[in-house]
Amino acid sequence: MNFKNEVWVFIEQRNGKPADVSLELLCKGYKLAKAMNGSLKSVVIGSNVKGIAEETFKYGADEALLIDHPSLKNFRTLPYSRILNDLIKSQVPRIVLFGATITGRDLAPRVASFTKSGLTADCTDLQISDVKYLGKDYHNLLLQIRPAFGGNIIATIITPDVPTQMATVREGVMELVPLEKPNEIKIKEIEYKPDPVDDLVKIIEQHREENKVNLKAAPIIVAGGYGLGTKENFKLVEELAHTIGGEVAGSRAAVDAGFVSPERQVGQTGVTVRPKLYIAVGISGAIQHRAGMQESNKIIAINTDPEAPIFEIAHYGIVGDAMEILPEFIEVYKHKLK
Amino acid sequence: MFNSIVMVKQVPDTANISGKVMKDDGTVNRTKLPAIFNHEDRVALELALQVKEKYGGKVTAITMGPPRASDVLRECLYMGADETYLISDRKFAGADTLATSYVLSEAVKKIGNYDLIFAGRQAIDGDTAQVGPQTAEKLNIPQVTYVEEIIDISENKIRIKRKIDGGFEIVESVLPVLITVLKDVVEPRPFSAKRVMAFKNAKSLLDIEQIADENSLLDKDKLVYEYKEKNLLINTLTMDDLKLDINRCGISGSPTKVHKVESVVLKGGSQVKIEPTKAGLSNLIEQLMTDHIFG
Repeated sequence: MNFKNEVWVFIEQRNGKPADVSLELLCKGYKLAKAMNGSLKSVVIGSNVKGIAEETFKYGADEALLIDHPSLKNFRTLPYSRILNDLIKSQVPRIVLFGATITGRDLAPRVASFTKSGLTADCTDLQISDVKYLGKDYHNLLLQIRPAFGGNIIATIITPDVPTQMATVREGVMELVPLEKPNEIKIKEIEYKPDPVDDLVKIIEQHREENKVNLKAAPIIVAGGYGLGTKENFKLVEELAHTIGGEVAGSRAAVDAGFVSPERQVGQTGVTVRPKLYIAVGISGAIQHRAGMQESNKIIAINTDPEAPIFEIAHYGIVGDAMEILPEFIEVYKHKLK
Repeated sequence: MFNSIVMVKQVPDTANISGKVMKDDGTVNRTKLPAIFNHEDRVALELALQVKEKYGGKVTAITMGPPRASDVLRECLYMGADETYLISDRKFAGADTLATSYVLSEAVKKIGNYDLIFAGRQAIDGDTAQVGPQTAEKLNIPQVTYVEEIIDISENKIRIKRKIDGGFEIVESVLPVLITVLKDVVEPRPFSAKRVMAFKNAKSLLDIEQIADENSLLDKDKLVYEYKEKNLLINTLTMDDLKLDINRCGISGSPTKVHKVESVVLKGGSQVKIEPTKAGLSNLIEQLMTDHIFG
């Protein structure tokens, strides 16, 4: 089959601003498009969002598809998926990327189902490669790479026999690198034709708080794991973070146990961070967690188990009881930096 | 009165997975793993049971899986489900979310007579959260995902609170609608002792076939009749019962393929060991000050 090799990124927006993850995906999409001599298109749906479409050219878009209409102001599954279904059916992009946000995880599967595309959730890397699969050669396939099954393995997923390959990616996984010189703006406006189906689900009210936690921007992160045992013990993590001017984070197990709030989860299904210093306390270091922090500049691991995988990627390893080490750390720090 | 269908899944306990349970094609050999009821699906069932208690109606639990997935259906009966369906066929093996949603949507069509479809947001073995929306698309009905609360149901409308990025929204949907439920929104009820006694011997057609196969003195049709009479038959739907397109089932119906599976290789080696002592920590902090990370 011959394909146009177009990479599309669904640009999620709210309150007139594009989501960070969408811009990060443009940066990755730019590289993927380059790798197969294709082009990158942003798909912007909303109300008064021309400015957002223009912004996508800073991150590598060659063209923006703009669907702008007052009734599209807030994301709703039915109109948004209907628009994407029509566009994908008629223009057959080779790749479509979505942020693995609540919106992306609601929208992408619906669209993948309609267009019978393959879809891989929560990828931690995407690459273009020729692939030999079951004796057949495939040119320029999208490798969708993600940890799987409890994290003991990394799986590379492909969707060889469908025209459109889709993937979702969490915020922070791909790096945000604007082009040195933005691409020339080329916006294609597409008319929205309302349909009664679009209004089967109505938004009655909406409440949002701007996310006060910004782990991605924190130079120092102190993260606690399930190994801390109790929420009470987890407070020492907070105290250390407070003392050294860092943000508090947690592993998925710590979030599931209620030690720390979900927006502070680091890892494959949380946020990916690259701070100057990452202190992992009582975190064993499953691949899903490491996927979210292994590119940190310096990693300190504190764990009672000398065999914990976290030590394999740590720059500094401390084997011992966090309940004793953290108070000592805090005291020594205060003494040194008084 | 509102009738609900709840889609549940038996999942491998991913906390206990090792490379030894992987097959060569990269899929998990589920028979080698402890199997559990996916927690979010249990929450979905609880929500459906609460709807039944408040408004009346019937709760039907369905699952697609191997014969032993009837375990989770028995648990649904223990909690209060009125009827259960095991959707099982060897040809379903290796299904990705697209093929799974095709089979589930056809089963839902066959069962019919529903106002609400419930499912957990996602299952712990894949964490994809895709089967719910894909099933809704195939049924051509609306979906409301990440649901926190059902506020009210009136004649043909439902008001729902759902999580959104950075907050929540309240939406109103027509019926029927497919709802995916977040994990901590309600506490699933414990098994009713009375229902455990009543349904512990409930069996699927596949279970009964196996019993008949293992004991030549037993006649399959007679057994099925007896189980049905005693209200202990877990309905079973196979590929033929659903008249499915084989090209859309199992591995052949799954666009996503596992190309490669790698054990995780750790970099290792470059780590500096710090003693958990005052002196050790002091050196570490000085090092970080020299690196301009502290201070």
